[in-house]
Amino acid sequence: MAQKQVSDQPSVQELIAKSSSKKQKQLIEKMIPYILLLIASISVLTTIGIVATLIVETIIFFKEIPVFEFLFGTEWYPFANKEPAFGILPLIAGTLKVTVIAVIVAVPFGIGSAIFLSEYASETTRRIIKPILEVLAGIPTIVYGFFALTFVTPLLQQFIPDLKIFNALSPGIVVGIMILPMIASLSEDAMSSVPNSIREGALAMGSTKLEVALKVVVPAALSGIIASVVLAISRAIGETMIVSLAGGSTPKFDWDVTGSIQTMTAYIVQVSSGDAGYGTTIYYSIYSVGFTLFLFTLVMNLIAHAISKKYREEY
Amino acid sequence: MKYVNHESVVKRMMNRLTINKIFKAIFFFATLFALLALAILFYRIITQGIGYLTPEFFQNFGSRFPAKAGIKAALIGSIWLMFVVAPVSIILGVGTAIYLEEYAKKNRLTDFIRMNISNLAGVPSVVFGLLGLTIFVRALSLGNSVLAAGFTMSLLILPVIIVASQEAIRAVPNDVREASYGMGATKWQTVVKIVLPSAIPGILTGAILALSRAVGETAPLIVIGIPVIIQFLPTGLLSQFTALPMQIYDWAKRPQHDFQFVAAAGILVLMIFLLIMNSIAIFIRNKFSKRY
Amino acid sequence: MVQSLENGSNTRNDTSSIVYNTQQLNLWYGNHHALKDINLQIKENEVTAIIGPSGCGKSTYIKTLNRMVELVPTVKTSGKILYRDRNIFDNDYGVEELRTKVGMVFQKPNPFPKSIYDNIAYGPRIHGIKNKKILDQIVEKSLRGAAIWDEVKDRLHTNAYSLSGGQQQRICIARCLAIEPDVILMDEPTSALDPISTLKVEELIQELKQDYSIIIVTHNMQQAARISDKTAFFLNGEVVEFDNTDVIFSTPEDKRTEDYISGRFG
Repeated sequence: MAQKQVSDQPSVQELIAKSSSKKQKQLIEKMIPYILLLIASISVLTTIGIVATLIVETIIFFKEIPVFEFLFGTEWYPFANKEPAFGILPLIAGTLKVTVIAVIVAVPFGIGSAIFLSEYASETTRRIIKPILEVLAGIPTIVYGFFALTFVTPLLQQFIPDLKIFNALSPGIVVGIMILPMIASLSEDAMSSVPNSIREGALAMGSTKLEVALKVVVPAALSGIIASVVLAISRAIGETMIVSLAGGSTPKFDWDVTGSIQTMTAYIVQVSSGDAGYGTTIYYSIYSVGFTLFLFTLVMNLIAHAISKKYREEY
Repeated sequence: MKYVNHESVVKRMMNRLTINKIFKAIFFFATLFALLALAILFYRIITQGIGYLTPEFFQNFGSRFPAKAGIKAALIGSIWLMFVVAPVSIILGVGTAIYLEEYAKKNRLTDFIRMNISNLAGVPSVVFGLLGLTIFVRALSLGNSVLAAGFTMSLLILPVIIVASQEAIRAVPNDVREASYGMGATKWQTVVKIVLPSAIPGILTGAILALSRAVGETAPLIVIGIPVIIQFLPTGLLSQFTALPMQIYDWAKRPQHDFQFVAAAGILVLMIFLLIMNSIAIFIRNKFSKRY
Repeated sequence: MVQSLENGSNTRNDTSSIVYNTQQLNLWYGNHHALKDINLQIKENEVTAIIGPSGCGKSTYIKTLNRMVELVPTVKTSGKILYRDRNIFDNDYGVEELRTKVGMVFQKPNPFPKSIYDNIAYGPRIHGIKNKKILDQIVEKSLRGAAIWDEVKDRLHTNAYSLSGGQQQRICIARCLAIEPDVILMDEPTSALDPISTLKVEELIQELKQDYSIIIVTHNMQQAARISDKTAFFLNGEVVEFDNTDVIFSTPEDKRTEDYISGRFG
């Protein structure tokens, strides 16, 4: 029962009308969108800052080292006292060696785990394994680097006596282990989003689970799976600590994976942890290498987004 | 005549079922591989590092001698770092998420911001280090201080916090927003009193996971020139400092074999630090998850 | 009492006065013409029911009355809606001010994930009432007004989601009463409720009528017949017929109204 107002008590509407906060409220209301837009623009400014920083310092670098020599030179000896050489191809070769090994490790194991989790595993198994994969994805890369240097390399040396202490193989394998959870979990997401009706349709015709997985689910989820691999490649290219600890610092333009290498990221770390003076060519060279690295990962990310966008449109 | 010969189908069926079983085993072992790697990694680090986890390890600063090396400066430094990164990244991340989910109109600018965030998430951490070196260390003259490192790390994990906050805000059902507007509440009142309280568990879970990434990141710290051998604790935001992953990196690189054990002990401290943070995240997720 | 006349809160005994006067209202969602030349006059202290088949524009219309419809970004309107003789589309008429006078109850119960007390106190608080004593009084009065006080008085500080669907809907009505609105808009308030809860809400509406003007959208014709004084029949975005409820349900003028009432379509 709605009770009538007691006459000596002001009504709620009167109290609201009296409340003095109105003007202040309107002001806040007008300001807030602008303040939030300002905050949101920080992320854009960060990108602009990254690109501008890299470009500006790289241009200074190119005043001293010709672009052509940088892009196509096959020797990288920045610390040589006489005639230092700044050809980036050896650093790219080092990065590619590690990335290719990582992909060889991570793709079969990652997609294999994704198929197991999405198509074979029981709900309970899935609920145990997925958090473990998350733990694996959350381990700092410095820990992986230590693991590569102190465990994987000595282990591999038992089978490959020629393997040097610093090499491409060991960090490659460990980077593979690092990106494996990413491929597994993103691919599993893609496979789980394939509608069950499609699976049932194939099972009802007498297909085995394997045939359903390989001939129905994987093709349907293919763009999602590929996107996950591309993103993982981008992560491998940008990975720094594992290769810094276990890869060495000898940039070489060849296909040898048993000897010491240097990746783009490891070079930046090497210069930063030494004391290359501000303003020297070596100082600017880390920006030119950083810019190259940035472009590599940017292209990979754009490809991954383009692929996964297409895949989102399918269902 | 029949096109399908059921007898041969049945014969082939045995083979197909066997292949299915074999592949099931293969896929299972693929999954096991990751678990095995994780198990070995933990086993190695625990057995190597546990011997060095003494009270002195927490009381000593860095040293040239493995037996005297301690983690005090790095541990305290990492905690200082978190005191900068947590507020900066959460305010920026949640603010951006509120803007994108509640205020932004559907236009090119909004699309651009979204697209930019997803690309920013893919930029290697070492490149963020170059940004921090140029802008915070040099241009703003913050030096290799807690503040410079904190700002750099905040920008690094910003995309993660934004995306997690966006998801948490999006999960708040629209009808409670409508109810609030229906009472004459303004947009900001609705955001502060209705949307954020419901989204906070999701936001905090995402933020803590992002922060634990910042705790373990090494590359940006090296690039902005965070020193390793430090014999004092930070006294302020502009003070020099060192952090756990820096210290571990330094120990792992040293030629003396005994430093490997010190490094493993450092990793154990780092992992315990992360474990505590993640437990808090899980606790928040379970305790405050609201039902609709 | 000049001040309260302006507020429109104490003029309820004057039965002749019109709360809402809709003139030539048109509304588009993008290119879809959802409301066409609506003219309606809604009187105070009456229950006005709006009926019609799905997609006829009845929900759109009621959401236009407190401008909630503008949450859809592509909406465009023309024409006027006079609320207490003032056009709600006027530039200087803030939506918050309008919605403080006009409460709304939604299709699905949508309490906030807060305690029962905080749900009811939400409206007064956002409008600047902070005094704990006054809030206590408002909460009790509103819960009594929504006929749910006795069921929840011992657990005011438990989460509103612990209540049943029917109780939640009455909490939402109480939350709406807490700012003592002039008009209450109800958008199919019982469509998500079981028959017993529906009955309780209907009884409540009958009681609220004495103090509030109520506009209710319903797809349940029996409900409209049971509780309303006036009924408007909407079809394809137009008002086909608007009259006293007993006239609409016994001797409608329009053939289409008759067809709908007798269940030939919709």
